[in-house]
Amino acid sequence: MFAVLFEPTADGQRYIDWLLSGLGWTLALAFFGWWIAFAVGIVVGIGRTVQNRAFAALARLYVEVFRNIPVLVQMFLWYFVLPEILPTTLGNAIKQIPPPWGSFFPALICLGLYTAARIAEQVRAGIEALPKGQTEAASALGLSPYLTYRHIIVPQALRLIVPSLTSEVMGIYKNTSVALTIGLMELTAQARQISEATFQTFTAFGAATLIYLALALIAYQGMALIDRAVRIPGTARTDDDIAPNLAEDIQQAGALPAGMEIAK
Amino acid sequence: MNSLDFSIVLQAWPYLWSGLLFSLALTAVAFVVGMVLGTCFALLQHFEVPVIAKIVRGYIALVRSIPLILVLFWFFFLVPIVLGHLSGSGRPVPIGATWTAFITFGLFEAAYYSEIIRVGLRAVNRGQFEACQALALSTFETYRSVIMPQVLRVASPIILSQTIILFQDTSLVYVLSLTDLLGAASKLAQLNGRLVEMYLVIVVVYLAISSAASQGVALLRKRYAIAGARR
Repeated sequence: MFAVLFEPTADGQRYIDWLLSGLGWTLALAFFGWWIAFAVGIVVGIGRTVQNRAFAALARLYVEVFRNIPVLVQMFLWYFVLPEILPTTLGNAIKQIPPPWGSFFPALICLGLYTAARIAEQVRAGIEALPKGQTEAASALGLSPYLTYRHIIVPQALRLIVPSLTSEVMGIYKNTSVALTIGLMELTAQARQISEATFQTFTAFGAATLIYLALALIAYQGMALIDRAVRIPGTARTDDDIAPNLAEDIQQAGALPAGMEIAK
Repeated sequence: MNSLDFSIVLQAWPYLWSGLLFSLALTAVAFVVGMVLGTCFALLQHFEVPVIAKIVRGYIALVRSIPLILVLFWFFFLVPIVLGHLSGSGRPVPIGATWTAFITFGLFEAAYYSEIIRVGLRAVNRGQFEACQALALSTFETYRSVIMPQVLRVASPIILSQTIILFQDTSLVYVLSLTDLLGAASKLAQLNGRLVEMYLVIVVVYLAISSAASQGVALLRKRYAIAGARR
């Protein structure tokens, strides 16, 4: 059934090479986007919990804006609108970026900042789940607010939220497909291109689906390993034997995983 | 930077409005179909119906692991073929992008709603089932009058949050060249070249609707928590 993938294409490659190059872009987008999202998400998530009114308001505004605009619309904002509203020379310079990168960078920024808003809410939930005594003990030891967050609050919060971050990892690799709308030839786009070139739609989409499934499995197992390695001893597992990778999405609305409830 | 001219938006508004209505209609249909099917899926798994429960579980895991855009492509390709087989002619029945969108979103969202309801079902206290047995309620009555109302109540904030995500996801029908809110804006932007104004206006519309809905969900969460029940 997948034999057609090994047939040569018009440009002298094989169709499977198209798929693999699509996979490469998908992985690059998801991987680098994740680190942007993680870094920004932690800062914004901390911002949601601090006393400083201005910082807290900014963090809240960030989450509201980035969570309530569809990711595809955000993609268009970065790709079409940003070069238009920047000063003309800078805007033109952005439009001059050669093809794959001209789509890749807007997609990267878009996915990174969009996912960051979601991670920020998880970080906030993690911080709020910590017992108050942690902050109090830190200030009794004379730690400044900065040092308290740096050494006490954030490390514990991050260890708590690993299970709920799994769904964000799954989210970002699925959302990479939105980049096809601004012309990035990632996995879904390549599958569609193969189907149009060969009329073997079933094979083309089937292969892409299998790759996405494998990625989902790897992401889930990887996060489970990390969770096992960094889990705070004594907090319960939030394991869901029946549909392990699925339960986390359900908690995104703000409910805490069981582990956090216990930590409270 | 060109000067912005938002008067163009006033002229474009009727077209954008029809796009918004399509987005809302798609959201509403996907919500109803998704909830009905999702509840069935959740109950099939809950009762561990042989074979069917496994198939449902596989379907849900599959749909949730691949991007919605790919699901849209799949259905755009598969639905005409399946309909062809069902109608007996064996030839694909072209149904058009609009129907594809409605069918796909309904079936896709069913997978997500079903997971929410399934977890909700497991959260119901065992004593509730035992009490129903003690009252000699039939299985149907137990679920209809006692279990499901509690599940839906506990899960309603999460169901509504998922519906807000669904509303935002309807913008992805752009890949089928449909005229939803985003599709209307992008078509107008290509015609009149005022893409900055067009996209900024729909950003405001999406932002207003989604934020208002999230505020509503937050209120609901406070009001509808079952008294004494700890989540």
